Amino acid sequence: MVNTLWIGMVLGGILYAVYAGTLAELTPAIFGAAETAVQLILGMLGVMAFWLGMAKVMEKSGIMHLVVRILQPIIRPIFPSIPRSHPAMGSILLNITANLLGLGNAATPLGLAAMKQLQTLNPWPREASDAMCTFLALNTSCITLIPSTVLAVRAASGAAKPTDIIGTTIIATLVATVVALILDRLLRKARRSR
Amino acid sequence: MSQMVSVIAQWFVPILVLLVLAFAQWRRVKVFEAFTEGAKESLSVAASIFPFLLAMLVAVAILRASGLLGLIARLFGTVLTPLGIPPEVIPMALMRPISGSGSLGILTDLLKQYGPDSLIGRIASTMQGSTETTFYVLAVYFGSVGISKYRHALWVGLLADLAAFFAAVWVCKLIF
Repeated sequence: MVNTLWIGMVLGGILYAVYAGTLAELTPAIFGAAETAVQLILGMLGVMAFWLGMAKVMEKSGIMHLVVRILQPIIRPIFPSIPRSHPAMGSILLNITANLLGLGNAATPLGLAAMKQLQTLNPWPREASDAMCTFLALNTSCITLIPSTVLAVRAASGAAKPTDIIGTTIIATLVATVVALILDRLLRKARRSR
Repeated sequence: MSQMVSVIAQWFVPILVLLVLAFAQWRRVKVFEAFTEGAKESLSVAASIFPFLLAMLVAVAILRASGLLGLIARLFGTVLTPLGIPPEVIPMALMRPISGSGSLGILTDLLKQYGPDSLIGRIASTMQGSTETTFYVLAVYFGSVGISKYRHALWVGLLADLAAFFAAVWVCKLIF
């Protein structure tokens, strides 16, 4: 899937550049993007190290289990395939909390921890499990209360009230989340290969 | 409401750190050892994400620099404009699921051109805030555990983005 998409993007782009005469722009674009990737990963590393350190403390002290027990009744029905009090549930809940508060940098390492734990429950390690698809449905529809980056950009460009889009953002997000969860349910059976 | 939310955001991290460390100490966990052990894992996580991030950014850069992304935006415009989506925001809507920094760049450009308090500026801001970089999230999350079959996850993510775009346009037209 991702293989086809990636090849299509690269080959399509290069062939179109030949046709449109923009070939000269490609070399700087390619190496510029490669450099951006390094900067992004290095920029993430510090925050990620901090949150993975905190996550380990939470895990060893049993806080994960505590959080899981409190929030389990709400989130559990969305993830029927995760056993009761499995550590994956705790990471999922923490990731959702971080996303809600617009702490994207904190959410990613917690989400990756959740994926790692979900993978231990996955009978086919090369293929996404039902729980993973639901988790990513929640994640890609991005339940957010504070779109911090957007607020920063709006403030920087001189908005009278940068925060006036928070209400519309929450509504649009809710629509996306509901649509994502419904589609996940509907498509789950149709796209099961076994 | 929004003020309350921003106060919560300011307090969230320090209070969380305080509560977690105090609780762990009370439970007699070796806090420093546990923290550094977890922090160490970030190196291997970063190493496993890096190739996926690089591959995706390079592909998007090629699409943008070649002009193909602009062409696709114009093609989509013929379908989406009659549905009430302003043509100005279409390149951003196309970029959003592929590259978060790319669409943020387009958003900044739109805010400069039309003003942050214009309808277009508000629609674009709402779009950026209410959606995720679906391709990036899927590539990074699935890549970190070595999964290559995404099943329906890509469709769900993209259709959710689409739903958020329409919702953003309609809600903004209704409220502003």
